[in-house]
Amino acid sequence: MSEGILEVSDSSFDSEVLQSEIPVLVDFWAPWCGPCKAIGPVIEEISKDYKDKIKFVKFNVDNNPVTPGNLGIRAIPTLILFKGGEQLEQIVGMVGKPKIEETLNKSL
Amino acid sequence: MKAADYDLVIIGSGPAGLTAAIYAARARLNVLVLEKVAPGGQILVTDWIENFPGFPEGISGADLVMKMTEQVRRFGVEIETNEVLSLDFSEDMKKLTLNDRTISTKTVIIATGASPRKLGIPGEEDFFGKGVSACATCDAPFYRDKVVAAVGGGDTAVQESIYLTRFVKKVYLIHRRNELRATRILQERAFANDKIEIVWDSVPTSVNGSIFGVESISIKNVKTDEASDLSVDGCFIWVGISPNTGFIKDALEVDKSGFIVANAKMETSVPGVYAAGDVRNTPLRQVATAVGDSAIAAFEAANYIENL
Repeated sequence: MSEGILEVSDSSFDSEVLQSEIPVLVDFWAPWCGPCKAIGPVIEEISKDYKDKIKFVKFNVDNNPVTPGNLGIRAIPTLILFKGGEQLEQIVGMVGKPKIEETLNKSL
Repeated sequence: MKAADYDLVIIGSGPAGLTAAIYAARARLNVLVLEKVAPGGQILVTDWIENFPGFPEGISGADLVMKMTEQVRRFGVEIETNEVLSLDFSEDMKKLTLNDRTISTKTVIIATGASPRKLGIPGEEDFFGKGVSACATCDAPFYRDKVVAAVGGGDTAVQESIYLTRFVKKVYLIHRRNELRATRILQERAFANDKIEIVWDSVPTSVNGSIFGVESISIKNVKTDEASDLSVDGCFIWVGISPNTGFIKDALEVDKSGFIVANAKMETSVPGVYAAGDVRNTPLRQVATAVGDSAIAAFEAANYIENL
């Protein structure tokens, strides 16, 4: 899908997300999800504005079923913001840039 | 007339907005497309489109919209992510207030489409994303070998229920009447699918569950008033659409359901302002009708500008 955003898996979720020093926004997506494909570029654009403050990663739920199962994810796109290993915010469904930015700003 | 920022501003970038952009660019109009979220609209959640000509095998909604977007960009049109907060049509030069600025334009095509309607029953909002969904192509794989409810009886409800059966063990299709409204070919497929059980004459009254998500849906038979619960892991709701017209307020004439009133030339109650696609009061809401509306709307907008 989009370039430049780290793809995290079940095996790297702990080290890349839960153990991260800075907050992490995880974009749970799958190739069969049209809205996920559509908001991919939006998230990539936002990621540039939050460089060094928030880490942006993508998580393919199709290849990695364990983590979404543990988190109770039953819909995508789902965006979850983690800070210090805890879930801080969650956005489900296709939303616009202002809504995502508003959610991220709350955590900064 | 004073110089306007644009000849034409197109609000929305689903199939209607994108088609208008292609026609406007080819008419050499100075055009801006505004999109609130991302290009596509409702067809992004459509798994497979079988009734748009030119794709004999069918095409996914996401792929079709990507091809349309590519075509728009090829003609040099910019799609800006921004939201129209309000409209001012009191003068010939129309003004649109966006998130970050106000722009002026000679003409406007409103192609903001529609969104899935909600049932408004307890649990629906609370369990959104935790079992309640309106997008089978997004969420069906989370319900592999599970039992789900689908609510509705139109094309979307029936087509998406059939799609769900690729993953789930069973779909209860809950419909308030004793016959479906969906097109015949879809009805035939649903009746022939042994994973679909149609629950006739029934309406949902609440979605129930726990911190783990949806666990059941309560329904009521509208003829007997008998109430019952169905154990389900998910609930998909397809009970029609509402127009995305919140920003219009009273700037244009709308019908009693809120769809913009426009004539065969796509002209609304304000000269130079056109409506196209699902947002218009139209008897049929399809990709094919949206692109047709938009070709006319862009043509009429170009004519209007020529005669200013």
